[in-house]
Amino acid sequence: MHKEPLFHIVKRETLPWYKSWGVRLLAVVCALIVAGLITLFLTGLNPIKVYATMIDGAIGTQRRTWALMQKTAMLLCIALALTPAFRMRFWNTGAEGQVLAGGMCCAVIMLKLGDKLPNGLLTLLMLVAGVLGGAIWGVIPAIFKAKWNTNETLFTLMMNYIAIQIIGYYVLEWSVPKGSGSIGVINQKTQAGWLPSIGGQAYLINIIVVAVLTVLVYIYLTYSKHGYEISVVGESEKTARYIGIDVKKVIIRTMCLSGAICGLAGFLLVSGADHTITKDTAGGNGFTAIMVCWLAKFNPIWMVLTSLLICFLSKGAGEIATMFNLNLSFSDIITGIIIFFIVGSEFFINYRLIFRGHRKEANS
Amino acid sequence: MRKLMSLLLAAVMVLSLAACAQKPAATEAATTAAATEAATEAPADVYVRPEIKTVQPRVSAPLAEEVAAGKTQVKDYKDITIGFIFLHDENSTYDRNFMEAAKAACAKYGVNYLEKVGIPETNECYEAACDLVDRKADLVFADSFSHESYLLQAAKEFPDVQFCHATGTMSHTEGVANLHNAFAHIYEGRYLAGIAAGMKLNQMIADGKITADQAKMGYVGAYTYAEVISGYTSFYLGAKSVCPSVTMEVQFTGSWYDEALEKEAAQTLLNNKCVLISQHADSMGAPTACEEAGVPDVSYNGSTLAACPNTFMVSSRINWQPYFEYIINCIAYGEPIVDDWCGTLDTTSVMLTEINEAVCAPGTREALDEAWAKLSKGEISVFDTNNFTVSNIVKSNDLSKALNKNAEADGSNKLTSYGADVDTDAAYTADTEAVQNGAFEESTFRSAPYFDIMIDGITTLNAMF
Repeated sequence: MHKEPLFHIVKRETLPWYKSWGVRLLAVVCALIVAGLITLFLTGLNPIKVYATMIDGAIGTQRRTWALMQKTAMLLCIALALTPAFRMRFWNTGAEGQVLAGGMCCAVIMLKLGDKLPNGLLTLLMLVAGVLGGAIWGVIPAIFKAKWNTNETLFTLMMNYIAIQIIGYYVLEWSVPKGSGSIGVINQKTQAGWLPSIGGQAYLINIIVVAVLTVLVYIYLTYSKHGYEISVVGESEKTARYIGIDVKKVIIRTMCLSGAICGLAGFLLVSGADHTITKDTAGGNGFTAIMVCWLAKFNPIWMVLTSLLICFLSKGAGEIATMFNLNLSFSDIITGIIIFFIVGSEFFINYRLIFRGHRKEANS
Repeated sequence: MRKLMSLLLAAVMVLSLAACAQKPAATEAATTAAATEAATEAPADVYVRPEIKTVQPRVSAPLAEEVAAGKTQVKDYKDITIGFIFLHDENSTYDRNFMEAAKAACAKYGVNYLEKVGIPETNECYEAACDLVDRKADLVFADSFSHESYLLQAAKEFPDVQFCHATGTMSHTEGVANLHNAFAHIYEGRYLAGIAAGMKLNQMIADGKITADQAKMGYVGAYTYAEVISGYTSFYLGAKSVCPSVTMEVQFTGSWYDEALEKEAAQTLLNNKCVLISQHADSMGAPTACEEAGVPDVSYNGSTLAACPNTFMVSSRINWQPYFEYIINCIAYGEPIVDDWCGTLDTTSVMLTEINEAVCAPGTREALDEAWAKLSKGEISVFDTNNFTVSNIVKSNDLSKALNKNAEADGSNKLTSYGADVDTDAAYTADTEAVQNGAFEESTFRSAPYFDIMIDGITTLNAMF
């Protein structure tokens, strides 16, 4: 008689929503306990105080709340851009580059035409250029995928580095003062091409745009014919072909859209927040957005929550580093633990463990 | 798909319209230029330097004690909060140098210290500055060059809070009363380090390891930018003051911190038979390349003795503590902060690390002490126009051809006039006469360096604008 393993892993039936969210909540609680213990043992600080500081850092003042919302909006915007592609099982890892390409196009217009055009037209032109820039950066790998079946993960990843290097080159070329390696704030005096503040809130436009976009992407994916085609291609290309969907067309069209939304994010960052372009403009959000997407199971509405969670953690963790004089790496450790638990909880939502003893009982 | 294509086409048309709109203007400009040329019959492509002004020195370096002298304190030290914004964390030698000075100055007076680390040169800098103000900071300090425009934005928003910035250039041009710049005469520190390098070369020549003609140094620079050019030129002039036959090659990396690139640049210089290396970049790239090759290295921003015991010679650095103590006391005594503060050898803002006797030539310490005293008394000047020549002057409007276009030299290639870009602008326009009293007056009209002349004896292998 062969020895039975300690436990088996069995796929679960789909859990009702309240149970699956219960598991996730439990994961967050466990994560906070573990991170608290680690804090206590490594630094000797009171974990409750550390968490209070975290909350304070994220939403402690009105300004911080606005900054959190702006950060969330930007991350969400990029995650929304990835969603159509991901639903199609097209692994677009090039959001960083697409955002930068869009931002770069915007910045060029802002820089070169800033004093030549009326502000409204300038901003419109920047928007068009940003969206177009992102779309072009996204569609190139899609065309290669559609025509020659190249690997989209590597291709889009590679496009990131090209975008980063192009920006690196022009930032040097146009740096003020020459050779300083930075363009600085563009049109600081005239504010030409800057998105206006609404009610004194510089970020309100960005937040509204992304909120509307969230609803639009949700409708597009859930109720439109395009959305349906994307899902079918994602499930099975053969089925898609069988029912007469032009797979190549869908791939190219969807990546055009994905890149365009990234370009929009680039526009919002350049025109609505940074007012310059650097290699840091996207700030790694192009990669973080991948996690936002996955955590929300490609559902645009849930993404609001997951992007908020991640931004909340990063803002809060930054505050811990400041207030307790800890290294930034320590806040990364805390964030890492929490995200590890949340990602891990998905396993327990999809599978369950059956232990040896348990099984015997079941047999008898 | 058709809809999308038509959208794209429409967008392209809008863009091409914009391009068309631009064309007539360009043509017009060309015609005017042609007309002017024809009228004056000047040979094509001659750069004419714009009118430059002669101004009085405007930097100073008052100390904390001078602020306090004979005045009554208006604010208790314990009620003062200073917020610091750092580009990286303490793993960067550049930021650590600021952090240690900031903590020491705050601890000395018992003022509250707040910090924001890892703040990139984007809108996040503005956010960080505002957040520090929300937390009742009386003064916000940022340490990286491109933080400045975001600090300016915050300074305009909060006129009651003071904003200080290292290495920046805007305080005297923007007219914002609560934005202040600071730097130090680090070129004097580099000149001293250069003397140590020159003495090492003399020792190699005396030992018969190299001939006088082979005394070539290598320098790893970040960007082809005044702060770096001023630094390597002063280092070279220090070496030349003791070893007249010295030459130098400079390789730029185009980054302030890139260990691999800096090491590679040092390697290139070593392959070119440079017998001594120095650098102006923040990583351990160049020092480790030297340690592996057994070539002496003059470091920057701190000692690399622990990692490179067999090659480290000496290092110059800026000590920010005197400045931080000064601004703390300005707040405490309600005194205005000077627009352009530039520390000197006398304020201990410019310092040398320990001298590694095992690598340096004998007598280096004494020679450095002597030169230090002379610099301090003003008996010698680093950029004395008798100490260097400028023979490569190409006055062209074409930036790729132009070289030292704002310089004027006499028959023996001695610099007689230089139009420096002190009031920084995008076009990099010459605006201020920098040669006065027989020397290039560095960091006199503003605290940040503006010496950017390519002098004889130094070869730049590449350029990183």
